[in-house]
Amino acid sequence: MSVMIAIESAEKTFTMHLQGGIRLAVVRGVSFQVHAGECMVLSGPSGAGKSSILKMIFGNYRCDGGRIGVRHQGVILDLAQAEPRAILNVRRHTIGYVSQFLRAVPRVPALDVVAEPLIATGAPREIAREQAAKLLRRLNIPERLWSLPPSTFSGGEQQRINIARGFISDLPILLLDEPTASLDAANRSVVVELIEAKKKAGVAMIAIVHDDDIRRQIADSTVDVTAFAAAA
Amino acid sequence: MIEAPGMSDQPLLVAEGLAKTYGRLVACRDISFTLYPGEVLAIVGESGSGKSTLLQMLSAQLAPSAGRVSYRMRDGVLRDLAALGEAERRFLFRTDWGYVHQDPAQGLRMAVSAGANVGERLMAVGWNNYGRIRQTASSWLDRVEIDVARIDDAPRTYSGGMRQRLQIARNLVTEPRLVFMDEPTGGLDVSVQARLLDLMRSLVNELGLAAVVVTHDLAVARLLSHRVIVMKEGRVIETGLTDQVLDDPREPYTQLLVSSILPP
Amino acid sequence: MNAPTYNFAYLDEQTKRMIRRAILKAIAIPGYQVPFASREMPMPYGWGTGGVQVTAAILGPTDVLKVIDQGSDDTTNAISIRKFFAKTAGVTTTTSTEVATVIQTRHRIPEASLRAGQVLVYQVPIPEPLRYLEPRETETRRMHALAEYGLMHVKLYEDIARFGHIATAYAYPVKVNARYVMDPSPTPKFDNPKMDNCPALQLFGAGREKRIYAIPPYTSVVSLDFEDHPFTRYKFDAPCALCGAADSYLDEIVTDDKGSRMFVCSDTDYCEGRQAAGHRGSQAAAPHKEAAHD
Repeated sequence: MSVMIAIESAEKTFTMHLQGGIRLAVVRGVSFQVHAGECMVLSGPSGAGKSSILKMIFGNYRCDGGRIGVRHQGVILDLAQAEPRAILNVRRHTIGYVSQFLRAVPRVPALDVVAEPLIATGAPREIAREQAAKLLRRLNIPERLWSLPPSTFSGGEQQRINIARGFISDLPILLLDEPTASLDAANRSVVVELIEAKKKAGVAMIAIVHDDDIRRQIADSTVDVTAFAAAA
Repeated sequence: MIEAPGMSDQPLLVAEGLAKTYGRLVACRDISFTLYPGEVLAIVGESGSGKSTLLQMLSAQLAPSAGRVSYRMRDGVLRDLAALGEAERRFLFRTDWGYVHQDPAQGLRMAVSAGANVGERLMAVGWNNYGRIRQTASSWLDRVEIDVARIDDAPRTYSGGMRQRLQIARNLVTEPRLVFMDEPTGGLDVSVQARLLDLMRSLVNELGLAAVVVTHDLAVARLLSHRVIVMKEGRVIETGLTDQVLDDPREPYTQLLVSSILPP
Repeated sequence: MNAPTYNFAYLDEQTKRMIRRAILKAIAIPGYQVPFASREMPMPYGWGTGGVQVTAAILGPTDVLKVIDQGSDDTTNAISIRKFFAKTAGVTTTTSTEVATVIQTRHRIPEASLRAGQVLVYQVPIPEPLRYLEPRETETRRMHALAEYGLMHVKLYEDIARFGHIATAYAYPVKVNARYVMDPSPTPKFDNPKMDNCPALQLFGAGREKRIYAIPPYTSVVSLDFEDHPFTRYKFDAPCALCGAADSYLDEIVTDDKGSRMFVCSDTDYCEGRQAAGHRGSQAAAPHKEAAHD
């Protein structure tokens, strides 16, 4: 199995200039690899830096040291050093990110919110919408909501929209930040199935899940983030 | 966040070492960046930070004191804007560029009908068929969500949000590749702003436009732009991916800006 | 006792030379508005001060002057200007288009074809055709310089959008010599085709606005339009009630308090000429005119 993500000694420190320049070391010496078809779960207590690591891999947080290697279009690219344009391209073609919260754009209907990443990769609008409808149905979003902007939806509904949006495209890497946090049992198992399908398709995933049951079902490997805790 | 542009290796606009001084007053200094086709760049900073001066230099309305701006013309040749003749520069402005003013009254002909406002750029490049001009104007009004029944009304009868949408249609009708926007949501109510932003966002995506957006509103930058430049006292103090700069700001001033936003 | 004498044609020679230089430049750049140092004339602005200065600058002792106002030789304005030059230049005046060498006009072009050697001098109130849409003079000049004339079509577009056709009936914009867009002064668009390829020299003087422009003889003058809304000359429903002419521009004359009206040639010289040659319209029986007393 080919290595999709290879992180070596990555570190992240926040400097809070507004609080007198306090330096807040988040993680240090982050090193692990994820292979195609593997789902790695990051474990550790809240505040240990799990989300920060995902954000560093997605390029949302800057990396202050080390290397974040990602296989992008056949070659390993170091995102810690990449140009903004390269990161955008990686996001379009390689890495998907399902965050805890949906950053909904006002007025865009749920169906289009979900279809958008597929359209962005060049899929025809109609096909993207069909795919989106399939996913929404599977995630038990009532059809009458599809044409409404998700900003008015409940937390659970919003999260499912977000999951659908994250799972719709065929990206080789997926980052999942508590994808099942506010879902009921039925929808949780749908997500587990979706993750299974992605594994079969060879997608490399890194997930944060607090539910032990879900973790057991999806994890191929686990990394304890407390090991990367930076001594303050 | 809006979708990433395609990777094109040919930059559309290149700024190199731009500076503008008025006597001892420095409005901008040492600004360099590259803009690629389909890329949206936000320039943020407070009033007086030099962002409007920068926009004027980028759009060839103000000659820089030092440095230069180059633009890739439709024939694929990257040319120094300062070396263009006035006729070429103005032609660029009416065809391949758009400029959306904060005050729509500056970008529109307020006494002329909406249809003619949109059609003007077409007529300026030689369109000579009334029916086709009107047809095109109608479809653009529709695209910017203005009731086509209002096509013969002058924008002075329009609301602020409608005027701004009309200004956008007027600019986009010649299918420019680059649009400059100066505080495009500046004078609008919050609810009107949201609608406009959403419209701009989808048009930019659909048309693959490159844009330079000057704004003091970080929410506008987040929603519209791929990259952001933070300016203070005429300098670029931080630059990067928009979500990176806003979620993980490095510089003290950027942190101050980000922390000053009221939670939604 | 002799009355104090005027310099020939009222203006001093230096002023006339200055105006002639402007005229020469205007002829050299057809349709281009040349600024000139317009003088105060002994008549109010709006009464033809621009046209009078141009006429004064080009008039010679052997010229024969005709002055028309809306086609008519016998209105106050036309008579006054004719008298002005008869007095200050001692030139012969006429009402005949045929005989005149210089014709000063307000808002009409004579119906009879002009010939080589004649000069038509227009009185112009607003020389800038773009002003209606772009009030900044700096900007309109730049637009002329760069031949950016999209704006001119905006006005025509507005007409069609509002009225279903190009409703501009006078001061209809033209492109001269395929370069400058020009305001032909408030002549009816009926007269526009007469400007094209005209054997006579056409000079335009705007006194208040201090501009002179020109169309040299045999210059192309094209009325602006859209391909699906082409320029059309106004067509009248009936011929002239006095002379029966079907090819002339008609004025509406109200003949009594009950709203009766008739349509007659606006060009009085043309109408009289036709009647003298025996042409008759539907109401020609009535005695048709009082002689103009010059």
